[in-house]
Amino acid sequence: MRIAIRGGRLIIPDQGIDAVQDLYIAAGKVVGIGTSPDGFIPDRVIDAHGLIVCPGLVDLRARLREPGQEHKATIASETRAAAAGGITTLCCPPDTDPVIDTPAVAELIKRRAAQVRKARVMPLGALTRGLKGVQLSEMKSLKEAGCVGLSNALRAVENAMVMRRAMEYAATLDMTVFLHAQDAWLGKNGCVHEGELSTRLGLTGIPASAETMAVARDLQLIEQTGVRAHFCQLSTAQAVQMISRAQYDGLDITVDVTAHHLHLTHIDVGDFNSQCHVLPPLRTERDRQALIGGLQRGIITAICSDHQPHDLDAKLAPFAETEPGISALETLLPLALRLVEQNLLSLQETLASLTCNPAEILGLAAGTLTPGGVADLCIFDPNRYWSMREHDLLSAGKNSPFLGWDLRGRVTHTLLGGDLVFELEPEET
Amino acid sequence: MKRQNIQLDAQGRLRHFLSTEGLKRQMLVDILEMAQSFIAVGEQAVKKVPLLRGKTIVNLFFEPSTRTRTTFELAAKRLSADVLNMNISTSATSKGESLLDMLHNLEAMGCDMFVVRHAESGAAHFIARHVAPHISVINAGDGCHAHPTQAMLDMFTIRKHKGEFAPLCVAIVGDIMHSRVARSQIHALTTLGVSELRVVGPKTLIPPEVSKLGVHIFHDLRSGLRDADVVIMLRLQRERMHGAFIPSEEEYFRLFGLTAETLAHARRDAIVMHPGPINRGVEIASAVADGPNAVILDQVTNGIAVRMAVMAMVLGRQQGGEA
Repeated sequence: MRIAIRGGRLIIPDQGIDAVQDLYIAAGKVVGIGTSPDGFIPDRVIDAHGLIVCPGLVDLRARLREPGQEHKATIASETRAAAAGGITTLCCPPDTDPVIDTPAVAELIKRRAAQVRKARVMPLGALTRGLKGVQLSEMKSLKEAGCVGLSNALRAVENAMVMRRAMEYAATLDMTVFLHAQDAWLGKNGCVHEGELSTRLGLTGIPASAETMAVARDLQLIEQTGVRAHFCQLSTAQAVQMISRAQYDGLDITVDVTAHHLHLTHIDVGDFNSQCHVLPPLRTERDRQALIGGLQRGIITAICSDHQPHDLDAKLAPFAETEPGISALETLLPLALRLVEQNLLSLQETLASLTCNPAEILGLAAGTLTPGGVADLCIFDPNRYWSMREHDLLSAGKNSPFLGWDLRGRVTHTLLGGDLVFELEPEET
Repeated sequence: MKRQNIQLDAQGRLRHFLSTEGLKRQMLVDILEMAQSFIAVGEQAVKKVPLLRGKTIVNLFFEPSTRTRTTFELAAKRLSADVLNMNISTSATSKGESLLDMLHNLEAMGCDMFVVRHAESGAAHFIARHVAPHISVINAGDGCHAHPTQAMLDMFTIRKHKGEFAPLCVAIVGDIMHSRVARSQIHALTTLGVSELRVVGPKTLIPPEVSKLGVHIFHDLRSGLRDADVVIMLRLQRERMHGAFIPSEEEYFRLFGLTAETLAHARRDAIVMHPGPINRGVEIASAVADGPNAVILDQVTNGIAVRMAVMAMVLGRQQGGEA
């Protein structure tokens, strides 16, 4: 299939390209930027006037619920949702059931995703067997099976010696460790930020120190072991400050933040709104500002969805009994663009945090468009307002605190390897 | 989008009673006034009024309770309502029937009100958000969040013994952290406007940023009690030793137990309250609990009138309210 994308504003953040240029695609690859290759006759022309054309988004963290929780969602349903959100590459954490601690599970996920062909799925392998924090996983086998990094997901490795050994072993294999910083004890049974809100609602809080304690320990171990490390979804101002200091001191660490932590605070939990039950918890306005500041200063370089689709019942219970997480693939781009609208980040920086930066963290040649390179791309209307309703979400999970929000920016087309994997319904365009 | 107060109906009348937070002062005063009118009912030979005849009230207790359930039951019966008691152990709900399924079944049986006690904070809000429009929910205690009828019976008791709220200094002593009673009392007392409200306890039992609710924090019992008009002692759960909140009951009593000696720091005519059940020798000495300043049994008596008032206000809204 030969596709010509005409008249769009092409933004390729890693190359500093931002201009109205046509894009030509053939046999799954980009064959021309700006100028048409000789004798190119497109099978399909996409009119992108007034639209932005950019590399397909790279999402550092999305739960697909398969294997293990297919009643919530499947690889098929969620990669379809990813395509609708302009995401062409996504990374899935190892806390599936069974855990991704054997090559078989990693291969299963990759195979399913390849069958569906809506998005590229990159598994993270378990850092420890069964995520139990006791024995190391067979990291080399996981790497060979396609795992792009290692993580213990939300299960804290309580034993510092085990964490040290895991980092040393990962460093031996030149693999990146993805860290969720939460102290197992300080955050135990907590479901909201510890502070005025947890006091008012009588809910068990998670203090900021649960995050800073873990960041402090892990920073020491990273320095000692020399492992390449990435901190997932920081939530506190203090942790941003600590990371900033460590980066200044020369430690090679990267950080991401979720789109919802950039727009919501613990106040949004209100009277027990279970859609705002997330981990790490939504924190204060000061923390939210610090996360935005972290993005502006380049301490945090990636924005991810931390997509967690749920069945209806998972959110229908008293707050602490509900399951944490937001169905977020399809709101990732509009929520990130909100920062542009609020003049907090430039459009180029925002798109970089969704494309080339996360790709670099994963060590993938994604998140960019080059002549001869893979044609994974996203076309969106930056000015289009839409009021998000439940039926707009293709994800099997309809759990979102952003339902009813007026969002600006909507994906119109997504191409994966040159194939149109998503196109917004014409009557809606 | 304006967030609506789930406790009120479109006319601003009390539809559910879930928390003392977010209600206007006048509404709290109305509850106290109505409770006053029901006090007489309990003193009559025939302790019944026909206000809620034909109404069905379900006591849904997911957490064991004797006293609160009994007073709710008595209150409903004195208003001539039919009462159904359901004690649901957590094992029963884990059999597979979800909480909402159970509620919808009860709705289908034509019930008018759920009185809910649950171990999870927010359970009453959750239920109120999902019941049919004709059903009202009264929170009889949810986790560490709220216990509004207990707080209102305490307000009633304070008003009875002290009159106006404005000049009062109130000290709440003990495990504020885990106390739904304390939270509801704090909201009620700040709304009714006492001159000073204090919480007293070790740092481990004072919740973070509690001063933002409008209270002064004391870690020393004697200074916390100085010149107090009302002393509210909270129950200390024995299992708190395991979470490393306090080292032992003995040391707790030495530091925060109310004795004749520590009570002497409060005003001479101070009243001593306790939501019950009392741990004698842990948070309060027997001599004080049974002494002249204690109004603990009076609280229990008032509890019935206050619960009658809340039930009558919430359910009476549908019949009398239109006129």
